[in-house]
Amino acid sequence: MRTDISNINEQSPCEDLTEGLMIFAGGTSKDFKTGEWRVDTPVFDKEKCKQCLLCAPVCPDGCIPVHDGKREDFDMDHCKGCGICEKACPFGAIRME
Amino acid sequence: MSRKDRMSGNEAVAYAIRQVNPDVMPAFPITPSTEIPQLVSTYIANGEMDTEFIPVESEHSSMSAAVGAEAAGARSMTATSSCGLALMWEELLVAASNRLPVVLTLVNRTLSGPININCDHSDSMGARDTGWIQIYAENNQEAYDNFIQAFPIAEDERVHLPVMVCQDGFITSHAVQNILLEEDSDVKEFVGEYHPEEYLLNPGRPIAVGPYAVSNYSMEAKYNQEAAMIRSKEVIKEVAAKFREKFGRGFDLFEEYRCEDADYIMLIMGSASGCAKQAADELRQQGVKAGVLKLRVFRPFPAEEIASALSKCKAVAVMDRCESYNGHGGPLSCEVPAALFMNGINTKVINYVYGLAGRDFTVSNAAEVFGELKDAAGGGQNIRQCRYVGLRTREGQ
Repeated sequence: MRTDISNINEQSPCEDLTEGLMIFAGGTSKDFKTGEWRVDTPVFDKEKCKQCLLCAPVCPDGCIPVHDGKREDFDMDHCKGCGICEKACPFGAIRME
Repeated sequence: MSRKDRMSGNEAVAYAIRQVNPDVMPAFPITPSTEIPQLVSTYIANGEMDTEFIPVESEHSSMSAAVGAEAAGARSMTATSSCGLALMWEELLVAASNRLPVVLTLVNRTLSGPININCDHSDSMGARDTGWIQIYAENNQEAYDNFIQAFPIAEDERVHLPVMVCQDGFITSHAVQNILLEEDSDVKEFVGEYHPEEYLLNPGRPIAVGPYAVSNYSMEAKYNQEAAMIRSKEVIKEVAAKFREKFGRGFDLFEEYRCEDADYIMLIMGSASGCAKQAADELRQQGVKAGVLKLRVFRPFPAEEIASALSKCKAVAVMDRCESYNGHGGPLSCEVPAALFMNGINTKVINYVYGLAGRDFTVSNAAEVFGELKDAAGGGQNIRQCRYVGLRTREGQ
């Protein structure tokens, strides 16, 4: 039953799909670019940011990458523009446009 | 070796649950199926089985928990009736479309309103298009036997669909009858261990169950589900044959009682089949060739097999213990004539509604229906379709 899902696409015949459309792999949401659903877009102001990191954990889509204790710019491939990060930022370093 | 006992239908199913000893059973009590989780809880408390029983807060939760547990890799089941099944609606479809072999033991009870706790088939018939296999029992023995067969059917790799095992509320669930019980070891051997190939709690082999699907995938997924339902017919027959070989009883898709040379056949499901058979026996003594086709499997619907079984008789009474409120007859009354027509069989059909909300259906009621079939076959003009058996009307007084 386990199928290499990378061989399945929107043209695959029904016989090639998995039972119940189960997905036999982890982390596949990375490949699904949901950023295009976005209406409002967060804009990151690097100058105002104090790197307090209150924003990163509240993002429901994990779109604020943190490396070496510092946040970087948004992952716009997956950010849906909910604006929670803007509310969480005490320094006005995130603005929704 | 089989052991003779006497039990109610609920006791018989609870006894079978103890023998199967499933991994997880979430349940919420509702009349008339309450005794099933109650008796199972007692078995667990007494250390006679080790199923993880989850006392949930509603049937919406019991089916959700059964779906979750089954997806996690546990053999899961629940029990319910009537409004409890109605509250499970959404998850019934989820269980089927996610191809999870959950087993539900349903004690048929009418749906409100008027609010009433007695038997008819409106609960399971309402769920007829949820993608569940549905098997109906005439008596306590069949409720016990069908439950044991449900797991090998549901878990077969050609199927992977949930199974609803139905028995009639109070009539079967509470009335005590003689029954043959099988040895624990024989039942366990028949049902087998559950080893799903893919499941959530399987480290190193990640899967996602029930993902969102865009239109390009959904239609193919639904077709695949239907294809599994079609394949299940063969599996149901195989499991029934295996059961008959091991325990010496049972039917596959339906029972044909004195149908071989019958002129008049009553097609019926559940406990009322007994009255129909008695009426057929009495009519046979008077020279009327009456027979009964007792439908065991309603989903998948054995359309071709029914058409073939009804092809030689003069007239058929299709008996619905359920109203569809469509002005055209109950579920069986719509599907049986469709099956005949699609298979080119021109047998005369009269539809009846009977036994709603626990109304008695007696041997004389059944004999009366056979009498109308005889009139209809003889060219009688006063045949009304969708008649309610035993309905009080001013005209009738």
